[in-house]
Amino acid sequence: MTALPRRALLLAPLGAAAIGGTGFWLLLNRMSEGSYDPHGVPSMLIGKPLPTFSLPGQPPSQGFSSADIVAARRPTLINFFASWCIPCVQEAPALVLLKRQGTPIWGIAYKDKSDATAEFLQQNGDPYTRIARDEPGNTAIDFGLYGVPESYVIDKSGIVRWRWAGGLSEDILHQSLAPLLQSLA
Amino acid sequence: MIPELGHFALALAVVIAGAQAVLPLLGAQWRDARLMQTAPALAIGQLIALATAYGCLVWSAVVDDFSVANVAENSNSLMPLVYKITGTWGNHEGSVLLWCLILALCGGAVAAFGRALPSSLRARVIGVLGFTSAGFLLFTLTTSNPLQRVWPPPLDGRDMNPLLQDPGLAFHPPVLYSGYVGFAIPFAFAVAALLEGRVDAAWGRWVRPWTLAAWCLLTGGIALGSWWAYYELGWGGFWFWDPVENASLLPWLSGTALLHSAIVVEKREALKIWTILLAIGTFSLSLCGTFLVRSGILNSVHSFANDPTRGVFILALLAIVIGGSLLLFALRAPVMTAAGIFAPISREGALVLNNILLCSICAVVLTGTTYPLFAELVFGAKLSVGPPYFQSTVFPLAIPLFAAMSLGPVLPWKRAELWPALLKLWWAALIATLIGIAAALGLHAGLAALGFAASAWLIAGALAELVERTRLFRAPFATVRARFGAQPLSVWGSAVAHAGMGVTVAGIAGMSLAVSTIVALHPGQNVALGGYDWTLLALRDEQGPNYTSRVADIRVSRGGDEIATFHPSRRMFTVQKTTVTDTAIQTNGLRDLYAVLGEERDGAAVLRLHVNPLAPWIWFGALVMAVGGALSLADRRQRIGAPARRAAAIRAGMAP
Repeated sequence: MTALPRRALLLAPLGAAAIGGTGFWLLLNRMSEGSYDPHGVPSMLIGKPLPTFSLPGQPPSQGFSSADIVAARRPTLINFFASWCIPCVQEAPALVLLKRQGTPIWGIAYKDKSDATAEFLQQNGDPYTRIARDEPGNTAIDFGLYGVPESYVIDKSGIVRWRWAGGLSEDILHQSLAPLLQSLA
Repeated sequence: MIPELGHFALALAVVIAGAQAVLPLLGAQWRDARLMQTAPALAIGQLIALATAYGCLVWSAVVDDFSVANVAENSNSLMPLVYKITGTWGNHEGSVLLWCLILALCGGAVAAFGRALPSSLRARVIGVLGFTSAGFLLFTLTTSNPLQRVWPPPLDGRDMNPLLQDPGLAFHPPVLYSGYVGFAIPFAFAVAALLEGRVDAAWGRWVRPWTLAAWCLLTGGIALGSWWAYYELGWGGFWFWDPVENASLLPWLSGTALLHSAIVVEKREALKIWTILLAIGTFSLSLCGTFLVRSGILNSVHSFANDPTRGVFILALLAIVIGGSLLLFALRAPVMTAAGIFAPISREGALVLNNILLCSICAVVLTGTTYPLFAELVFGAKLSVGPPYFQSTVFPLAIPLFAAMSLGPVLPWKRAELWPALLKLWWAALIATLIGIAAALGLHAGLAALGFAASAWLIAGALAELVERTRLFRAPFATVRARFGAQPLSVWGSAVAHAGMGVTVAGIAGMSLAVSTIVALHPGQNVALGGYDWTLLALRDEQGPNYTSRVADIRVSRGGDEIATFHPSRRMFTVQKTTVTDTAIQTNGLRDLYAVLGEERDGAAVLRLHVNPLAPWIWFGALVMAVGGALSLADRRQRIGAPARRAAAIRAGMAP
C-alpha cells in the first residue's frame, strides 16, 4: 500500500466519528428548537385525506384499500401492529374492548411474516374487522409511521382525525378516543 | 454540612483530575522524572476525593436529608435501606457520579498495580485517564451535580421509580458501569502507545488483563440487565433490541474483538494498529452507550431525564475525547509497523476472522440503532428498525463466528493445516450434527435446531480443545494427569468462556420455542398451555412497606400432579402512584413457567402465561462466560508486571 491511501485509511475512523457527531449535534439542535421529538411528532396527516393504498390480506381476511375504508362511511380505527412488537401485546386488551364498544378496527400487519401474524392473532385475540399485510412497509411510510403499534382515527368522509403512536390503553380509550369517536359519529 | 463536604470533595476531584491530566503528560514529554512521579499520587488523590463525594451522597440518602434535591426527588423515608443506598445511582446525576468514581478507581488501579510499567508509559496512561476524568467531572459538577440543595426542603421524598426498586436492578448499574468504564484503561493504554509511538508484545501483555476484567464485568452487567428485563418488565422476552440495550451490546462486541486481537499483538506482534483502533473504538462506544442515551435523542423504554443543554455538553466532551484520540490515531498510527506476517489458516488467521465477524455484527447493530435518527435527519422520514432487521442481519454473521470459535483454539500459531484441525474436532462435529438433526425432526423448527447444533458444537469444541491438550484417551493416565495440571489457567478460561457462549446460544434457541397466551380467568377456572394445566385459585390483596399489591394464586399441574403454586402480583406504589407488575417465575433449570397478572374485569383477571424452555440458560451461560474470563485473568502469566518481575528475578540470579 502506498503512503497516501494508507494515511487516508487511518483518517477514516475520524471521518466517520465526525459525521456521526455532526449528525447528533444537528438532531440535538432540532430537539431544542422543538422541531424534532424522538417520542413522536404530531402527524402531518391530521385533517387530510387518508393516503391511498391497497394491500393484500392476512388469510383468512381479505385485504383492503383506502377506498374500502372511505366506502364504509363510518368512523374507523386503523391499527398498525406486528407480532414482534411487545407494546402490541400490551395494547391487545384495549383493542378488544374498543371492538366490543362497536368501533370497527382495520388492522395492518407491519413488516411481519404471515404465519407469525397468525400466531400472534391466535394468542392475543383478533379484534380486527379486516387485516391487511404491509410486509415491505411502503404504506407505513405513506402514513409517516413512527413505529408499531400506531393507530389512526378516520372519520366518515375518510379524513384522518387522530393519531396515537404507541400502545393504546384503557385510559386513552376512555379519555381521548371515546369522546372523539362520539363527536365523529 | 455533609452535602457541602461532598460538594467540596467533588470540586476538589475536578482540580486534581485537571492536574492529573497535565503534569504526568508533560513529564513524559519532557522526560522529567519528578513530574512523571506525580501521576500515581494524583490518581489516588482523585479517587479519595470522589469516594468522599459519593460517600456523602449515600449518607444524605440514608439519613433522609431531603434538602438535597437529588435525594428529595429519588428517595422516600418509607423506602427500605438497601434501596436508599442503591437509589443513589438509580438516577441521572447519581449515576454520572458513580461513573466518574469508577473511572477514578481505574486510575487508582493503574497507579497501584502498574508499578512494573515503564515510568513514561504509566505516566501517560494515568494522564489520559485524568484527562477523561476531568472532562466528565466538570460535566457532573456544572450540569448534573447530585449534591445540590433545595430550599425549602420537602417533608418527604418523591420516591424512587418503582421499576428500579428491585434487587436485580439495584446492582445492575455498578456492574455494568464497571464494565463500560473498565475499557477506559485499554483506551488510555492505546492513546499512551500512540504518544510513545511504540507498541510491542509487552504492551499487549499489559493491556489484556485490563480488557479481560472490563469484559467480564460488562458481560455480567448485560446479563443482569437482560435478566431484570425478563422478570421485572414482565414482557416475557429477554432482549428487545432497544437502543439502550444495543448501546451495551456494542462495546461488548468490539471489546470481545479487542480481547482476541490483543492476543495476536502479544504472541505475534501483529495487528497493532487494528488493536489500538479497537481499544479506542470500544471505549468510544462505551461513552456513547452511557451518555448519548441520556441526551434524549434515542427513543427508548429506559429513558433518563432529558435535557438538550446537557446533550450539547456531552457531545462536546465526546467530540474531544473520541475525536481527539482518533485524530492522534490518524497522525501517529503510520509509525507502527507490523513485525510478523501470517498465513490465513493459522491461530492468528482464525482470530482475524473472529475480529472481522465481531466487528461486522457490531456494525450492523450500530447501523440498525442509529438508522432511524439519520433517516430522520437526511431523508426527513420517520421509521423504526425492529427485531426483524437485527435477527436477519445478526444470525447469518453469528453462524460462521460460532463455527470459527471451536476451530480457532485447535489451530497452531503461524502456519496450520485445516484438515488435521478438523480431524481433532470430528466428534464435536458429529455431536453437533446429530443434535441438530434430532432437534429439527423433533421440534419442526429449523432456526432453533440450528441454534442447538451451534450450541453443541461450541460446548463439544471447547471440550475437544481440552481433550486435545491433555491427550485424553490417547496417552497413559499419568501423562494425561500431568498435562491436565500443566495447562495454564488461560486455556481453561477460554474453553470455559467458549462453552458459556454455547450455553447461552442453547438458551436463546430454547426461548425461540416459547409459547404464551393471554386469558381472562375467574377464580376456579383453568386453561391449558404448553402441556401444563394452569388454574387461578384466588385473587387477594396484600400490604407491602411502601405499596399495596393485588396477588393472584395460580396452581400449575401436569397430568394431575401439582408442579407449582405461584403468585404474580400488581403493586400499587403509594407515593409515586404507579403500578408495577410483579412477575411470578417458577423454574426447574430446563424451563421457566412465567405468569403476569394484568387488569381485572367483571371479576375475571387477565393473565399472561408463558412457558419458556431453557430460558435460565441464557443468563447462566453469560455467568459461565464471565467465570471463564475471570479464570483467564487469574492466570499467573496475566498478572500485571509478572514478566518484568521475572526479568528482575533473572537479573538477580534467582531465575526459576
